[in-house]
Amino acid sequence: MFIADYSEKNIYDEMFSNEGYPRKSYDFVKTKMESLGGIELVKRSSSAERALMSLGITFTLYGDGGEQERIMPFDVIPRIVPSEEWISLEKGLKQRIQALNLFLTDIYGEGKILKDKIIPRDMIESSSGYLKQCIGLKPPKDIWIHITGTDLVRDGAGAFHVLEDNLRCPSGVSYVLENREVMKRTFPELFEKLNIRQVYDYPYHLRSMLENLTDVSDPVIAVWTPGVYNSAYYEHSFLAQKMGVYLVEGSDLIVENHKVYMKTTKGLRKVDVIYRRIDDTFMDQSSFRPDSLLGVKGIFEAFKRGNVALANAPGTGVADDKVIYSYVPKIIKYYLGEDPIIPNVPTYLCSEGPDLQFVLENIHNLVVKAANGAGGYGMIIGPKSTKQEQEDFKELIKADPRNYIAQPVLNLSTVPTLIADKIESRHVDLRPFILYGKDIYVMPGGLTRVALRKGSLVVNSSQGGGSKDTWVLG
Amino acid sequence: MLSRVAESVFWMNRYIERAENYSRFIDVNHQLSLDLNEEVPNQWLPLVHTTGDVELFEKRYSEPSPLNVIRFMTFDEENPNSIFQCLSRARENARTIRENISTSMWEVLNEFYLLIKDYRKVYMETSELHGDTLSMDLSEFLSTVRKSCQSFYGCSDATISHDEVWNFSLLGRFLERADKTTRILDMKYFILLPSVHDVGSTLDLLQWLSLLKSASAHEMYNQKYKRVDPTDIAEFLILNETFPRSIFFCLQEMQEALEKISGIKEGLPRNLAQDATTVYLNRLRSENIKSIFDKGLHEYLDDIQIELNHIGAKIVERFFTN
Repeated sequence: MFIADYSEKNIYDEMFSNEGYPRKSYDFVKTKMESLGGIELVKRSSSAERALMSLGITFTLYGDGGEQERIMPFDVIPRIVPSEEWISLEKGLKQRIQALNLFLTDIYGEGKILKDKIIPRDMIESSSGYLKQCIGLKPPKDIWIHITGTDLVRDGAGAFHVLEDNLRCPSGVSYVLENREVMKRTFPELFEKLNIRQVYDYPYHLRSMLENLTDVSDPVIAVWTPGVYNSAYYEHSFLAQKMGVYLVEGSDLIVENHKVYMKTTKGLRKVDVIYRRIDDTFMDQSSFRPDSLLGVKGIFEAFKRGNVALANAPGTGVADDKVIYSYVPKIIKYYLGEDPIIPNVPTYLCSEGPDLQFVLENIHNLVVKAANGAGGYGMIIGPKSTKQEQEDFKELIKADPRNYIAQPVLNLSTVPTLIADKIESRHVDLRPFILYGKDIYVMPGGLTRVALRKGSLVVNSSQGGGSKDTWVLG
Repeated sequence: MLSRVAESVFWMNRYIERAENYSRFIDVNHQLSLDLNEEVPNQWLPLVHTTGDVELFEKRYSEPSPLNVIRFMTFDEENPNSIFQCLSRARENARTIRENISTSMWEVLNEFYLLIKDYRKVYMETSELHGDTLSMDLSEFLSTVRKSCQSFYGCSDATISHDEVWNFSLLGRFLERADKTTRILDMKYFILLPSVHDVGSTLDLLQWLSLLKSASAHEMYNQKYKRVDPTDIAEFLILNETFPRSIFFCLQEMQEALEKISGIKEGLPRNLAQDATTVYLNRLRSENIKSIFDKGLHEYLDDIQIELNHIGAKIVERFFTN
């Protein structure tokens, strides 16, 4: 039942080569899965899902049917990245984060890259992630982006590309850690046999990275969540728990004399480092959106004065703007003098005349995304859309070309996936997590998101995607 | 610890304790109704009196039939104190403080909640079909609730540090328990005897016995007293110093938790919650069951409830708002 010849031409399958043979890294897994057989696999899969439910590893969907709590569908067939590929990815990710960090220091500082006309100034200034309030800001140790989740995809030939950078509040790392725990319970025999690189120590890396942001010894650290109704609340509390730090909401914090305090049963206590999981402009009513219900008045000023460290620093959003993304290869070259190790996906900027024309004429063949969209919202996948949807989207683009980019439809790679009691191929992407502290740490693995609907390329959990454990071998 | 977290811990424990007590109340009434013969009226309204939610009950149901009362107290979503609602709220509180409790504690609570949710779903679906007969094994359900509450306590006892979080847990748990013990005792006030001549009758004693069972105090009571006697039962449930559901015991636990929270060793000024608890404990020490009965048991219990509310308000004022 197991090895149906499902692979299509022009799609790279992570387990099988085009000739239908298992790749070397998957040899053992494939044999093991076959010997377990379909019934056993389904059994283990449901027991894994039950475990996730008991652990309450859920996210909340808000929609027509009211509020629904569910687990992110979890697939038990792992996605494996061979070590030689990982080594190169790791290098490429480090290179990218370094360059993006230098870029942020520059554009909020001297602005050399603008003076040298590598990037047009108005591209920066028109980005919604660009915060004028951050001009001249010097974050601790000159690091802006402490936590990154970069989305990677493979093209039809199997080459990795960066699809987008997530530099503000990337989420999903808790699933990586929990999925791994569940996988260890589900397939102990695979873990005994294979040399799978560990991910459990991510919270320790995260914590020491946060400690590195201050000179205070034994600092008070907090994870700042928008609250229990946020869809990623589970992750916020998970990380706070694993790091052994406080989890706070805006209402727990108060700024006095430009210092940040939290309200405790013994009175106010100073907070030194905050890992914030709340959007830039909602952080502080006195510096950004005055209508924010989540923010803490004066926290930005406290940050500017160096009285509290924030990770990620405010203002990083400009660097994950999907328009700025298209300049990242140039950014890498400009600051590091190197060629990018992981290429971008070719990108058309609708703000550029010829590109716009091309996008409007070829929308049926392209993916068009809003520059600041996330979670699969504000986008159109040409080949999967109706004529009417295309026309409607063209109007959106014409009304605000700066806000849109387009990319060819990538045939994301596939991994065999258990669907009901059969194994079928499904598209995946990969979000590794990178921490920038004293050194740059790339967690070996990351979140593999899988589009569970047949043929679908949309992997976001808010759009019905699931996840897989990612194994880096060796 | 954060004030918000302290408050959530406190309420999480109150809700669990409340759910547990509700399951005892219902179970005992259920057993009692099975013991009674046909001539004796089957009384379910006293149970609603015990919970203090008569008004809401009457708004939602036309008559205090067994089915209505059971539904109101177990699965009714509109009743903020039903077992289902207590569980939902306990879990919501737990969700907001997960980083402060152990994974196994969260797991126990989460599984408990999912279980009750399943029970509720089945109950709702089948009660339509069964009309006026109870569509589930009530005793099994109630015993599941109690066992799950116990494993929650056991798990928290064994897996979290006995520091502030723990002490706020105890505070919530024992404040709720003391309140519910007063209400159990008071239930007898609302249960009607067929005639005044029945005082001291088998039926009267059967009802008193059922109160003891509500408090899971039957066995411990028997070790201390030789017969079923209203005065002795009241004494046991109010003044006993070692039985964990007596009012005295609960207050003693609260006093200790409050001392640890305020850290008397650090020489910090005492706080109002602590003072109120101590004052009341001293009062209990100076009292005996005769003086209580002379005053009138119902009035006395009312008095305790007011006192407990006062202590609760002081806790909120001192620790949860700033």
